[in-house]
Amino acid sequence: MSKRIAGPEIERLIQLLAKVPGLGPRSARRAALHLIKKKEQLLSPLAAAMGEAADKVRICSTCGNVDTSDPCMICTDPRRDAATLIVVEDVSDLWALERAAAMNVRYHVLGGTLSPLDGVGPDQLNIRSLIDRVAGGEVKEIILAVNATVEGQTTAHYLTDQLSGFDIKVTRLAHGVPVGGELDYLDEGTLAAALRARTAF
Amino acid sequence: MEWRDEGIILGTRKHGETSAILEVMTRAHGRHLGLVRGGRSRKQQPVLQPGNRVDLLWRARLDEHLGTFQAEAIEMNAARLMDSAVAVYGLQTMAAHLRLLPERDAHGGLYEALSVMIVHLDDADAAGELVARFELLILDELGFGLDLSQCAATGTKQDLAYVSPKSGRAVSREAGAPWRDKMLALPAFLQRGSGLRGDPAAVEDAFRLTGFFFTRHVYEPRAIEQPDARAGFLAALRKHHATRKAIAGDNAA
Repeated sequence: MSKRIAGPEIERLIQLLAKVPGLGPRSARRAALHLIKKKEQLLSPLAAAMGEAADKVRICSTCGNVDTSDPCMICTDPRRDAATLIVVEDVSDLWALERAAAMNVRYHVLGGTLSPLDGVGPDQLNIRSLIDRVAGGEVKEIILAVNATVEGQTTAHYLTDQLSGFDIKVTRLAHGVPVGGELDYLDEGTLAAALRARTAF
Repeated sequence: MEWRDEGIILGTRKHGETSAILEVMTRAHGRHLGLVRGGRSRKQQPVLQPGNRVDLLWRARLDEHLGTFQAEAIEMNAARLMDSAVAVYGLQTMAAHLRLLPERDAHGGLYEALSVMIVHLDDADAAGELVARFELLILDELGFGLDLSQCAATGTKQDLAYVSPKSGRAVSREAGAPWRDKMLALPAFLQRGSGLRGDPAAVEDAFRLTGFFFTRHVYEPRAIEQPDARAGFLAALRKHHATRKAIAGDNAA
């Protein structure tokens, strides 16, 4: 049995920090020690911020995004093009696309992909609400920004089928060479997809 | 314990922050699972996609352990298959069927059939026929194979048009005529050595036939539902056939 190195409050802090992605028990101990050393500058403000976030965080009932208001800031922003929806798997994908700032549009978060191995079917995903949004008539284009994995693309094909009854354009992200990517280091599948999706130059 | 074999990836499941549990159909070790350390890395993720053929090294301390896989790509099929709805649903349908088999039970014939099908699955004209044949093979491996070689009533090998829902044996057109409403249609392309291609109606008949026996012998006794992917595959196939028909109609006009 391992010897306890600190009081139960600190042990609990370490245990909880160890559950954060990217942290294990050792790094959680380091993080806890760092927080304790910087109690005024870091630990107390962090505790307050976490408590406030825990109180106020909401899942947007329109798009599935995470925010402190429902509907979220993206859904209520009048400057965004309401006729185009980008469908993403997860909130982290939404944040990534927002960082890219390529389009000023709205989003829909599915909450995962169809995965028979994990028992995730259409009912477990945020698909019904997407159909309802499209049925509202405001949406003219759906951009399927799901991952370029077999599960992601199965989900994309399923959504395309579900949306085929509506008079809207369904598009998907291009697959191919990333910026800064060297052809020599790319896998054959990506290269083949890039060649198939080549465009006039 | 250690072995090296060739396999086709059926699925992956996230494990922890960086690893993945890989499910593969191997040539000599059947359907097998194993942990891939770093399986969620940028380098490994494209390799660990369903449909890819990989060279596998499995290691474990004891035979009954999950063990770890080291996978190296032999043939990257996933990117090609992803573009076609028929192919992705077909792939998931076959993976769902293979999950009906016990783990680590070698089925060399099924592996060979799967290898051939992976190559042709994005050809929507051939995919229906291939998956229907694969379903017959799976039924056979599960111990519920259909006898389509000769008529159960007369013994003739000619003009076999039906399958008896009771016995799972072929019946000739003449012998089955009085019960044709209760019989399941036997598409000509499923008969051994026919060398025929299946038209859309025959492919539908084939899936009705296999679906009936899957439900009776596998899904109902195990209290499970038919996989969603199978319904998706059939819908994608119908859509493809309808598009084909519309194009042919336009060309004729």
